[in-house]
Amino acid sequence: MRLAVTLLLLLLVSPTCLAVDTPDEMLSDPALERKAQQIGQQLRCLVCQNESIEESSAPLARDLRHAVRQQLQQGHTAKEIRAWMVQRYGEFIRLRPAFSPATALLWLMPLLSLMVALLLACRFWYRPAPPPAPLTPEERRTLDSLLKKD
Amino acid sequence: MPLTRRHLLAALPSLGAAGLGLGFIRMLHGLDRGQFDPRAINTPLTGQPVPEFPALSSLPGQAGLTREDFRTMTQPVLLSVWASWCLPCVEEIPFISQLAASLAAPRKKRDAPLALWGLCYKDQPASASRWLERAGQPFTRLGLDQDGQAAIEWGVTGVPEAFLIMPDPQVGGRIVWHGTGGLTEAVYQTRVVPHLEAAP
Repeated sequence: MRLAVTLLLLLLVSPTCLAVDTPDEMLSDPALERKAQQIGQQLRCLVCQNESIEESSAPLARDLRHAVRQQLQQGHTAKEIRAWMVQRYGEFIRLRPAFSPATALLWLMPLLSLMVALLLACRFWYRPAPPPAPLTPEERRTLDSLLKKD
Repeated sequence: MPLTRRHLLAALPSLGAAGLGLGFIRMLHGLDRGQFDPRAINTPLTGQPVPEFPALSSLPGQAGLTREDFRTMTQPVLLSVWASWCLPCVEEIPFISQLAASLAAPRKKRDAPLALWGLCYKDQPASASRWLERAGQPFTRLGLDQDGQAAIEWGVTGVPEAFLIMPDPQVGGRIVWHGTGGLTEAVYQTRVVPHLEAAP
């Protein structure tokens, strides 16, 4: 039971747990630190590739976290910092790929699916149901006999 | 059976699924043959001028590495990024030693003049020194990048990596190849030598 509770608590904590190794890595300005974390969470750690640099403890991730914070302090915008990263490490470093001809289908797929679904829904909704075929003489007789039984 | 709208509608998802399947087959084949690596690191600096990077000091008695060295270079440079703590570098070093020896004493005419420079990533000078001693001092220039800042400018994501830089007076050295793995005879022959042979 105790173990279950501990595990549950751990589960609750882990998503917000970032890999900032030492508190002095963080910026003293909370707003700027929040911004740094937002930028870092969208940058891939190139060592442990499915983690962001905010989550990874790889030395390179630590260096890149530091670079993000340093550039924020120098007054660079998030866009400039992302461009700086892409210039060195390529588009692969972005966990959220930029909109480009190669990723257009990826980004537009939800919109496209919704449009197709709406189109199909409209067509099926407004099509009048075909009138039922009239009963053949045999069917009519069977129906009459069934009705008379009651 | 006449072709109805219903048939056409059913054909759409089937065609979509078939296209997706073909795509997956191509991806898997590429993975098999080594033409497609989903975890491959981008090398956006290929074809670009050498980046600006902080000047690097070297071990006592050896030439360091600065951006200026690439402006004044006269022959192609193979820059190896390594560290003494890196296991794949242990595998790589016999080839580098052998290459350095063959460059120092060119036996064949087709051996293009090439300089072998080193960039030592986040290492202790003492360990780096011992390593180079064992490897027979393969590098004619060596930069000690102890805080890893120069490596970031070069887009290095780990060790070992390698760059081939061609002299280009207009931009002061141009990167023509960036390898994100260790140097082997095969990599050297297939990736580096064609650039050297194509050079005027």
